[in-house]
This record gives sequence, C-alpha cells and structure tokens, in this order.
Amino acid sequence: MSYTVQFINLLAAILLLISFAMLSQRRILSLINLFAWQGLVLSVSTFVVAYSTAQQHLYFSAALTLLLKVLVLPWLLHRLIRKLNVRWDVETLINIPATMLAGIALVIFAFNLAAPISQLAEGITRGLIGIALASVLLSLLMMLTRRKAVTQVVGFLAMENGLFFAATSATHGMPLVVELGIALDVLVATFIFGIFFFQIRETFDSLDITHMEKLKDD
Amino acid sequence: MRSWDNLQGGEKATRMDIAGVLPLDMAGTIIVLWLALGVLGLTLRGKPHLIANAIFPAGAVASLALAAIGLWALGAAADVAILPLGLPDLPLHLRLDPLSAFFLVLLGGASFGVSLFGAGYFRSMPGKTLGLLCLEYHLFLAGMALVLLADDAYMFMVAWETMALSSYFLVTTDHRIPDIRKAGYLYLLVAHVGAIAILLGFGVMQGGQGIGAYTFDAMRDAHLSAFWSSVVFLLALFGFGAKAGLLPLHVWLPEAHPAAPSPVSALMSGIMLKTAIYGILRFTFDLLDMQQWWWGVLALALGLLTAVFGVIFAAVQGDMKRLLAYSSIENIGLLLVGIGLTIIFHVYGKDALAALSLTAMLYHSLNHAFFKSLLFTGTGAILHATGERNMGRLGGLIRKMPWAASLMLIGVLAIAGLPPFNGFVSEWLLLQAFLLSPGLPNSYINMLIPVVAAVIALSAALAAYVMVKFYGIVFLGQPREPALEQAHDAGIWERAGMGWLALGCVVLGLAPVFVIRQLDPVTQMLIGHGLGNSAGGWLFLTPVDTERASYSPVYFLLAVLGVMLATALAVRRFYHGRLRRGPAWDCGFPEQTARMQDTAEGFGQPIRRIFEPFFRIEREAPSAFDTHPHYHGRSDDRIWLFLYLPIKRITETLSSWVSVLQHGRIHLYLSYTFATLIVLLAFM
Repeated sequence: MSYTVQFINLLAAILLLISFAMLSQRRILSLINLFAWQGLVLSVSTFVVAYSTAQQHLYFSAALTLLLKVLVLPWLLHRLIRKLNVRWDVETLINIPATMLAGIALVIFAFNLAAPISQLAEGITRGLIGIALASVLLSLLMMLTRRKAVTQVVGFLAMENGLFFAATSATHGMPLVVELGIALDVLVATFIFGIFFFQIRETFDSLDITHMEKLKDD
Repeated sequence: MRSWDNLQGGEKATRMDIAGVLPLDMAGTIIVLWLALGVLGLTLRGKPHLIANAIFPAGAVASLALAAIGLWALGAAADVAILPLGLPDLPLHLRLDPLSAFFLVLLGGASFGVSLFGAGYFRSMPGKTLGLLCLEYHLFLAGMALVLLADDAYMFMVAWETMALSSYFLVTTDHRIPDIRKAGYLYLLVAHVGAIAILLGFGVMQGGQGIGAYTFDAMRDAHLSAFWSSVVFLLALFGFGAKAGLLPLHVWLPEAHPAAPSPVSALMSGIMLKTAIYGILRFTFDLLDMQQWWWGVLALALGLLTAVFGVIFAAVQGDMKRLLAYSSIENIGLLLVGIGLTIIFHVYGKDALAALSLTAMLYHSLNHAFFKSLLFTGTGAILHATGERNMGRLGGLIRKMPWAASLMLIGVLAIAGLPPFNGFVSEWLLLQAFLLSPGLPNSYINMLIPVVAAVIALSAALAAYVMVKFYGIVFLGQPREPALEQAHDAGIWERAGMGWLALGCVVLGLAPVFVIRQLDPVTQMLIGHGLGNSAGGWLFLTPVDTERASYSPVYFLLAVLGVMLATALAVRRFYHGRLRRGPAWDCGFPEQTARMQDTAEGFGQPIRRIFEPFFRIEREAPSAFDTHPHYHGRSDDRIWLFLYLPIKRITETLSSWVSVLQHGRIHLYLSYTFATLIVLLAFM
C-alpha cells in the first residue's frame, strides 16, 4: 500500500468522472476533448502500473496509448468534424439528468458485480475492476442515448478505453502483441467510421442516424 | 479398405515416381496454375482476345495434364500431404488415392474439351465480364479439384464452398436478367442447405473429439454405432443429393443450367454433379466403416425415382438446355441406383457383384461427363449461331452447321445408349449387375430387383426417345424460322473442344476392357474387390462369365461397317441407274411450310399423356374461330407446389416473427446489446 496504489485509485476515480462528464456533455467538440483527457489518464495509469510492477512492456503500451488515444484519434476526430461541419450540439434521445441517474445505477451494478472478482484479484489493483466495468457500461449507455453518428463512435472508443483499463489494472496488461493488435484495430475502425460518415452524409444529407431507419426491410 | 491402405503403404517407397515428384505435388501445381491463370485473366480485362485465345487454352492444357496425373495416380498408392496452412491444430490435409484419382481423370478429361470450347465461345464477350468470368471459371475448376483432394473436413468444406460460390457467379454471368438472378439464388439456396447437411455429417463423424478429429483419417478410425452411421449416411445423401440434383432437391438444376453460359452448364452438369457422387462414395465406403442394407434400398429407390422423373420431364421440355438438365437428373438417378446396388451387394458379401455395379456406376459417371459436356457445348454452339434456346424455333441446322451436327450426333447416340458408343457399355454393365443378382439372402430385395431392372430399361429407352426428339427437332427437317438461314457453324476452338469430347465418347465405347482395368484400383479400394481380369482378353468385355454375356465393341463396329458396306455394294450392284426427280408426295396438301413439321411440343405429347399424373399442366388452346390463335402450354413439377411452396410459406411466417425485432433504429439495436450484456453479467 504505497503511493502508487493511491495514485492509481485516484486516476481510476478521474476516469469514472470523465465517463460521467462525457455522458452529460452536449457538445461534440468538448466530447472529443474529454475523450482525449480520458486517454491521457489511461496512459498515466498504465505508466504507473508499469513502474510499480516493473513490467517493461507496459511502458510501451503506455506510450502507445498516449500516442494513439491522446494525439492521433482526437486529431482524426477533430479533422472529421471540421470537414463534416458538425460542431453543433449533441441531441440526446433521453434528457441528460435521466441519463445521469441511469449511469449511477449502472455504476452501482458494476461495483456489485465486480465485488466477487475483486476478492479474487491479487496485488495492487484490487477494486479497480468495478470502475473499469462501470466505464464500459457508461460508454455503452452513451452510444445508446445519442443521435449523431460521431458521438456513437466516440462512445465506442471510450468503451475500448474502459476495457483497456480493466486489462491493465486487473491483469497487469495483455501481451504486447494483443495490445498492438487492438490499437491497430481501433485506428482502422476510426478510419472506416470516417469513411462511413461521409457516405452516410452523402446519402442522407445528415449525420442523424434516425435517417437510417429507412434502410430496414419492409 | 484400411487394410488396403496398409498393404499399399509398404510399397510406397518402391513406387514409381518421376524424379521424386509425386502425383499429388503435380496435381497441386495444376491447381495453383489454374488460380494463377484466373488472376491473370482478371488483369487482362482490356484484352479479351488474349483471354480467349491464350488463357482458356492454357487452362485446357492444365486440365489435360491433370487427367494424365490422375491416370498415373490410379495405379499408385495413396499419397498424402499436409499443407502449412489452415486452422490452428488443423492444417490442411490433401490425399490422392485411387478414388480421387479417378475423379481427377474425369475432371481433367472433360474440362479439357470444355475449356477449349470456351476459348471460342467466350471470345465475343466484353473484356470486363470476360476477365471476371475467367477468374471464376478457373476458381471453379480449382475448387472441384480441391474437393477431390481434400483429406480433412475443413479443407473439404472450404473447397466445396469455393466450388458452390464460384459456380453461382458463373451461373449469374448475365445477372442483368431477373430470371437468371432468380435461378442463381435458388441454386445458392439449395447448395447451402446441402452444405449444412454435409457439415453436420462431418460433425457426427468427428464425434466431439476435438479439432484434430476433423481429419478424414481420424474419421476412418472412429467406429460409429449403426445408428450414428445411418445418421451420417442420411445427412450425406441429403447434402450431396442437393448438389447432385436428387429428387426432391433437383429444383435448381433445370433453372440454373439454362441460365448459365453453355460451357459452364457443361462443367456443372458433366463434372460438378460428379463431385457429389464422389462425396457419397467417399462417405459411404471410405469414411464410414460399415454399411446397412437399407441404405442401399433407399439409394436404389431414390435413384430410380429420380431417373424416371428426370427422363419423363426431359421428354416434354421445349428448351434444349432444360431438356439436357432434366436428362442430367436422370443420369444422376442411374448413378445413385448403381451406388445403392453396390451397397446392397457389399453388405450381403457378394463382392464380385458389388465390384461389377460399382464399376458400371463409375464408368457411367465418366461417360456422362463426356457426352453431357459434349451436348451442352453443342447447345452453346447452336445458341451462338442462332441466339435461340427454344427448340420450337430451330430446325434443319444440320445443313448450316455440319460440324456441330455430326459431333453432336455422336453425343446423342452415346447418351441414348447405343453401341458402339460409351453410354451403351456402362448401361449394359449396370443391367448385367441386375440380371446376375438373384441369390441375395433378403427375399424382398430379390423380388424387387427385376422390377428395378425393368424400370432402368424403361428410362434408358425413354432417354433414347428424348434424344431422338432433341436431335430431330434441332438438326433435322426444315428451318422453322427464316433467321436460321444466317446460322454459322462452330468456330475452330469450338470444334476442337467438341471433337475432343466426341473422341472421348468413341474411345470409352471402343476400349471398355482397358477402362475397366483402370477402374480396378478404385473398386479394390472401396469394396476390397475388383473385376480384375474377369474382363477376359482385350477384345471381349465379359463381366462375369463368358457363357452368360460378353460384348466386343470392336467386333460390333466391324459388323456394322461390314453390313453397311455390303448393303452399299449390293445397291450398287443391283441398282438399275434410272433416275427420276419429282415433287415429294404432299399428302394432297400442296401448301406445306416448315411450321407444319412436328414440334418439340408435339413430339413430347404422348409422354405427357401417358405420364399425366406426374405433371401439373397448364394449357390454353385457341378456339376454332380465333382470328389471332394463341397456344400456350406449360408442364410443371408437382413437387414445387407440394413441397417447396409450403416450406417457403413456413419460412416466411417464421422470419416475419423475427423481423419484429428489426426496426432499423441503431439505438434499439444497441439497447438489445446493452440488455443482453446486463442480463448476462447479472445472471451468469
């Protein structure tokens, strides 16, 4: 029980806070900035875990996270919304306070669920699984309640952040090969989403995914 | 047959090979070559003449090489290879044993002719379509070869699906026509239902032993109980039956064959259907180590039904490619009868007879590959020359297309089962197997078999009737349309391809003893018994006993030629030489036109009358006072109405229930995911 553990716990709390902030955020630009902050927190926490457990490859994943989630992906998303000109407010399906309440319920659920696993978990990171799980569920909730395609993608990426946090905190990271693979997947997925945005807008003149309801088979 | 493997295994080291290269390696090279040619064809889209004049002939040469490799491997021991590809713990296994080798000979031999024909047939296609077609065509060939070589379930299914998908795209080459898209869809549907059954069959044989047990070797060693063996057999019969066009899964055949370009129909009918026969043989006699007598009875009954059904429907068709498609159904039925008979004999320990019927069946598949490919390519030549598939608008083409007509005459005579061509030999052998069958311990089967033989004879006779109709309506008489005057004969590539296939029909008919000797390793492998040298000398084919029956096509041919020569001499000798030309007798009706000839409809009329309960007939005949008389007749398949439409309705109802879930709203779909996740997290 040293400073590192305390520090990681603090970072976990910040992560959860950012998740809530994203859930309540109405503007896409701020949402992307929040996503970048979340990436930074993730990167720092990975770095701290690497330091405390002296695992070399976690340094690499920390650097990778920093590069990809703090710099490249936010930059890509910024460019995307500039090109698509969609900096306006996010329209939500359910109003924000109700979403927040649902989010709190989810966090309780996640902690409850993670309790038995935390009992089993060894080492410095006990109790963080609940937070990781909660941020995954919160991101899913965000995808669920937003209208615009861009926010859905941010939600998807944030979900991956939660998973990554669970991996580093609970199991001291995955093998580097797996992490590289996931990082590449996320990058490629963002590119593909970007292309899809243009296609969607070209087809429907809007990025509002309610238009896609027409696509169903009658 | 395991013991056979072991026996041959010892000889493996001493067996002949050219400079250390095994037949399997060479077959693999051919497959790679085909794939490379296909890709090359795709890159040469801008130069269609190059694809037609270089790629297709090159593919044809590869086919011929494959046939030679197969012929060589027939006598050699089984050869296995494990590729460094595939799933974890399940690399791809290949195996070239006599059964595969025989079907490779069939594939190579028939596709050589078809590819040569294709070189001419496809030359007028636009480059972009042709490039794609070239890729699919060679992918199709490679897929079929891999099906024959596969030695594990994964490899087999991948090859099987490659074959199905590439042939789907070949069928829908003219995808702008809605009917062709529909035919392709039906084909794809039936093919996939069949593939699922095959996959389930593999699953049963694998028996939950882990992924390593998906190799054929592991399946051969797994001793299934009688019940599970029967389940596997039924699944295989269903799955491969769907591909082969077995009743009642034949519906795609008469739709897909006319839709596809003619060389593709030739490949599908001549070769692809045989891969299904190969599959049934592989499952029944190789992978399963026991057979039940009732499997044989089931196969026999289904085969018989299919054969009679096919030939009766062939008799009433007006579209020449549909006619040939139904004729393929008939031949598949005959092949299945052969398989059924083999199973019955084998179970009752009459291995000499089992070898006879198996030989007849294998022989017939080889023959069918040649004559059906010949006929389909022939329809392609006609289609190119006239643009017409409907026999009611053809006629008198023998004068405009002497090459195509004479080559097709060989095919028609062969398929009708007339000596000295190849069709006669295999049908004769099959009937011999029937006639020699009494003495089985099961009295019901004993009583049944003469009846079956009679039905086989009936369908053979009806097949001859169908071919008289086909040839007579298309080539003989007067042209029914003025446009037919512009018909041109087949080009040089087409002639070469058809010539090769016709040559195959003649050679297979004239050298049965040689062919049967080559088939010996296959029957040895599958049922542990061969016809061996019971065939006697090289001239006479005597399947069982000289006193019972023997056949020498060479003597037969010589006798026929002798009689013809004698007749010609006699006519010359006694003919008085006074010649008078006058108008033909016109039945007292002077105004005769080409439209008064017997039509395809009219020729098929008696059959339609006799077998009326088989058809669903829709007719609309004009009254005597109609100023614009219009006749319309359709004979449909009752199975479609009574089996497929109810299945379709049930499927639609079920899927309409499922489609309640489909709203098109991403949020709803995400909520499904979310709810599933929460439920699983909370309760699991």
